[in-house]
Amino acid sequence: MKSLLKATVAAFAFVAAGSAANAADVKACYIYVGPIGDFGWSYQHDQGRLAVEEYFGDKVETAYLESVPEGPDAERAIERFAREGCNIIFTTSFGYMNQTLKVAKKFPDVKFEHATGYKTADNVATYNSKFHQGRYIIGQIAAKQSKTGVAGYIASFPIPEVVAGINAFLLGAQSVNPDFKLKVVWVNTWFDPGKEADAAKALIDQGADIITQHTDSTAPLQVAQERGVHGFGQASDMINFAKDAQYTAIIDEWGPYYIERIQEVMDGTWKSESTWDGLAEGHVVMAPYTNLPDDVVEMAIGTEEKIKGGWEPFTGPITKQDGSVAAEEGVTLDDGAILGMNWYVQGVDDKLPQ
Amino acid sequence: MFEAVLLTVITAATPLLIAAVGELVVERSGVLNLGVEGMMIMGAVVGFAVANQTGSGTLGVFAAVGAGMAMAALFGFLVLILVANQVATGLALTILGTGFSGLIGEAFIGVPGLKIPSLYIPGLSDIPFIGPVLFQQDAIVYVGFLLVAVVAYTLFRTRLGLVLRAVGDNHNSAHALGYSVIRVRFLAVLFGGACAGLAGSYMSLAYTPQWVENMTAGRGWIALALVVFSSWLPLRVVAGAYLFGAVSVLNLHAQAHEQVNIPSQLLSSLPYLATILVLVLISANRRLTLVNTPACLGKPFVPDR
Repeated sequence: MKSLLKATVAAFAFVAAGSAANAADVKACYIYVGPIGDFGWSYQHDQGRLAVEEYFGDKVETAYLESVPEGPDAERAIERFAREGCNIIFTTSFGYMNQTLKVAKKFPDVKFEHATGYKTADNVATYNSKFHQGRYIIGQIAAKQSKTGVAGYIASFPIPEVVAGINAFLLGAQSVNPDFKLKVVWVNTWFDPGKEADAAKALIDQGADIITQHTDSTAPLQVAQERGVHGFGQASDMINFAKDAQYTAIIDEWGPYYIERIQEVMDGTWKSESTWDGLAEGHVVMAPYTNLPDDVVEMAIGTEEKIKGGWEPFTGPITKQDGSVAAEEGVTLDDGAILGMNWYVQGVDDKLPQ
Repeated sequence: MFEAVLLTVITAATPLLIAAVGELVVERSGVLNLGVEGMMIMGAVVGFAVANQTGSGTLGVFAAVGAGMAMAALFGFLVLILVANQVATGLALTILGTGFSGLIGEAFIGVPGLKIPSLYIPGLSDIPFIGPVLFQQDAIVYVGFLLVAVVAYTLFRTRLGLVLRAVGDNHNSAHALGYSVIRVRFLAVLFGGACAGLAGSYMSLAYTPQWVENMTAGRGWIALALVVFSSWLPLRVVAGAYLFGAVSVLNLHAQAHEQVNIPSQLLSSLPYLATILVLVLISANRRLTLVNTPACLGKPFVPDR
């Protein structure tokens, strides 16, 4: 009964945090942009939170708020957590950036961690993962497997992270087939299964036989399965939704990072940093390669190893869409250039929304 | 190509159409139920859950209709019997549905769903172009059209429709004539709930066969807007739902197309621009608007005995 009650409260997105003040050393709180049941972005963050609970047991208490809209509402949610005695608050979406900083100013003793942002303060750290490393690999697979030579990309919002993902995918594909084409559709939402499915259908109808996405639901992959084309899972392993269609998935593993940071809070060694890790550190993980011939799996694993060994997909020569040079042969773009990316590489069949 | 677009438009328009037709009947009876989204999402989760447990899509659809009606019955009880504020209760119904569906659906996250099979009529379904578009849809698409036809006929050609409209236009007169205002409204609300539940099951069993929280993503609200858009006329609901579906699907197609270069933000706003335009055009004809707007919409009725 108690658990049912708890779940009901959670379902209303009003978690009664702080009511049970046990002997926990640290209270870690999470703000999610989507429902934890999206089986994508927010789901993976919540898996990270559960990993924290499992690792620390009674020593850490956690709380979360789901489906918190980006914008002014977020500020209220973050502030409430700060007031309720959270020691560290993870705000897990790009759009919480300014709200996080604003609340952090009022609560200098609380640690804040903002995912995917670029503004830090004394008590605000940022963290992100190099998803584009995974996207380079799936781009290579796409170019190997596509018969039409065209892939469809369902994109959410034209922010640097998404643009970098598109570029990395195409660079990977071009490394296999220089003439590979990429069609991009912006759905202007992170989560709308119906719209994502419609976008996938539109792309397939226009000749794409590989579907990939930077949105959070499993719907596009399901359409791929239904139409007999292939695609890649996003944020979590979506193989159950597309047994024959999924080649692999780029999985976000937040657990290790959350455990590390909370441990630092306990030890008093927490510092404001900008963490940006990828395949090498295990923050980005590729799901098992399925439905692929052996040589393609071998290539993918080879690229994975190369990236883990320190090679970066954004290594020149890279030409921008307008023909100018982004990186000379052998030159690697620095982190700032990737995190602020607002241009397409040559070959993207789309105009970047401004 | 055109065929492919049309097929996608049909799937995009169907849930809007069904939910809107249900709400149209509710509003014609003089009740404003803002809980369409909540009833829809409950239909989606219950439909998915029952289909998943029994392995039967048909049972799932019926369960979804039942779930929508149960939510509607709760709304009807609060609003008609206890005379609670309709706007507030409707909003609460949406919040309840969103939260409660998440609770029920927790066990079904990440479980692949089953898709209602499309009909196949030998001969007819094989006709090029017409066959796939008209004769290879799943049953709910046809039910949607049937619903519109039945509602349109009943509203304007039968005694029942006349009573319903009388209750919505002037509940005092209808009451004086001896009609039970509360009973008529309660039945209308139940009908609206059934339609919303059906629309929800279309989302989780046909459109995108899976369960994820918030999967209706605001379609209940669009359905509500469509009722106003249609100025409470059933056939215009069809036009509105298909216009809305067509514009949003064409947006995606235009983006994927090489030769078309229109900013995606502009394309995304087109359905809403179209809505505003139509509303302006409709309200230009003030007399027609007044004739079709249920005069007692949203007004509570307490019988004086």
